[in-house]
Amino acid sequence: MNLFDIIGPVMIGPSSSHTAGAARIGRVARQLLGEKPVKALVSFHGSFEKTYQGHGTDRAVAGGLMDMSVDDERLRRSLKLAGEEGLHITFQPVHLRDAHPNTVVIDVTGESGRRIVVQAASIGGGRIRVQSIDGIEVGFSGDKTTLVIRHTDAPGAIATVTQLLSNARINIATMRVFRREAGGQAIMAIALDAMPDDKLLDSLKHLPNVTDVTLLKQI
Amino acid sequence: MEYSLSSLIDAAEGIGLAEAARQNEMKYNEISQAEIDEKMREALDVMRQSAQRGFDPKMHSMSGMTGGQAYKLQQAVQAGITAGGGFLGRASARALAIAECNAAMGKIVAAPTAGACGILPAALLTAQEEYGLSDETLIDGLIVAGAVGEVIAARASISGAQGGCQAECGSAAAMAAAALVYIRGGSAKQCADACAFALMNVMGLVCDPVHGLVEVPCVYRNASGVAGALVAADLALAGIPSPLPPDEVIDAMKAVGEQLPPSLRETGEGGCASCPSCKRA
Repeated sequence: MNLFDIIGPVMIGPSSSHTAGAARIGRVARQLLGEKPVKALVSFHGSFEKTYQGHGTDRAVAGGLMDMSVDDERLRRSLKLAGEEGLHITFQPVHLRDAHPNTVVIDVTGESGRRIVVQAASIGGGRIRVQSIDGIEVGFSGDKTTLVIRHTDAPGAIATVTQLLSNARINIATMRVFRREAGGQAIMAIALDAMPDDKLLDSLKHLPNVTDVTLLKQI
Repeated sequence: MEYSLSSLIDAAEGIGLAEAARQNEMKYNEISQAEIDEKMREALDVMRQSAQRGFDPKMHSMSGMTGGQAYKLQQAVQAGITAGGGFLGRASARALAIAECNAAMGKIVAAPTAGACGILPAALLTAQEEYGLSDETLIDGLIVAGAVGEVIAARASISGAQGGCQAECGSAAAMAAAALVYIRGGSAKQCADACAFALMNVMGLVCDPVHGLVEVPCVYRNASGVAGALVAADLALAGIPSPLPPDEVIDAMKAVGEQLPPSLRETGEGGCASCPSCKRA
């Protein structure tokens, strides 16, 4: 804990979980998409579904998808801005089994046609937990700079990634690996103590078995 | 590290509570004194702006349930028709303004939460106005409040969903009370006593938001929260010792939070939220 967990964050109200956390989730989805979004289907579960309009959860998610931070004054007007920027967003209720009460599923398509589906929960105080990406169950917070690497589950796939990080003298704070099935699609979520440069990211992208690399900045 | 007010008091010996809190922060979180003070200055600026925005008579929340009431209170205080007088009136109007700004999707500093964001800034900014304090003194006050808040968060909770409103507006009032004592020249022990009085006086306060929104009764509890902070600070500054050890009061607050049923912990079911008229609306 630090003093700024108590005196902070600076944020757009009214709720750290229903507004700030929701904006963070939208921004994670945007970063994972990696390009300008043009279409999004946003499904709210639980308390999010019951109170999203009053808490501006819809505006927060929309703002996050447009890469706004939790203290961006434009969050309030984000639905209008989304229309102006050619981002078409639809909101709907959803009932998920065994999900955290503040859960949202974002199905977003970018201008190149690239599409991802992210499920995440806002777990209190503006902190979030990403629960699945494209149907692969994951579980990471994004509190720190995090590398999200999609790869094929194969011997050595993890070692080649950690070797490159080691060569760059970047320490891994925490690391988790998830897979759909043996030999299938898999995801590594690696929280880092330092920021990797573009050259390193490029090298990671060109590793065998790696299909996609996203650097989630602290948001 | 051990989170207790008694260890904070020990650490403050000879250097004061704000300096002790700074040194703790530098030691455990790898941050420089200049960075701490700069970040607190930014927080103070946002607090000031949110107070100004909240007095806009036309501002209202998404639901329309709140907004514009701080302006009314400010006008009434200026007209001299309130019961509590100038300092209390201005402090509670400011707390209401910041809470209404939050409900209207304005920019605020969670302190310790968004729902209780009006109490600490209202206490500090009104004290600045009343006693001609510098921003540096207010930053010291924020650091003291933050250190007290850390102890409460570690030993109990600052979340309404976990501990009820006592954990949100109660914690904010306790932090504000300690900050007020510090900037009025009280000792570290008096700061802790003020924290204890503030928590004791709202022990058991439930979190019961109407329609599940951070509006009713939340914005009004920010106004009463700063009033509670002023009373708690005055008791301590008068030299009245807390009849109970402050750390034990924090622990008792945690126990009460655990005993509260879910309907009284931010689910929007019990308390004010259960009034028949708001169910109809």
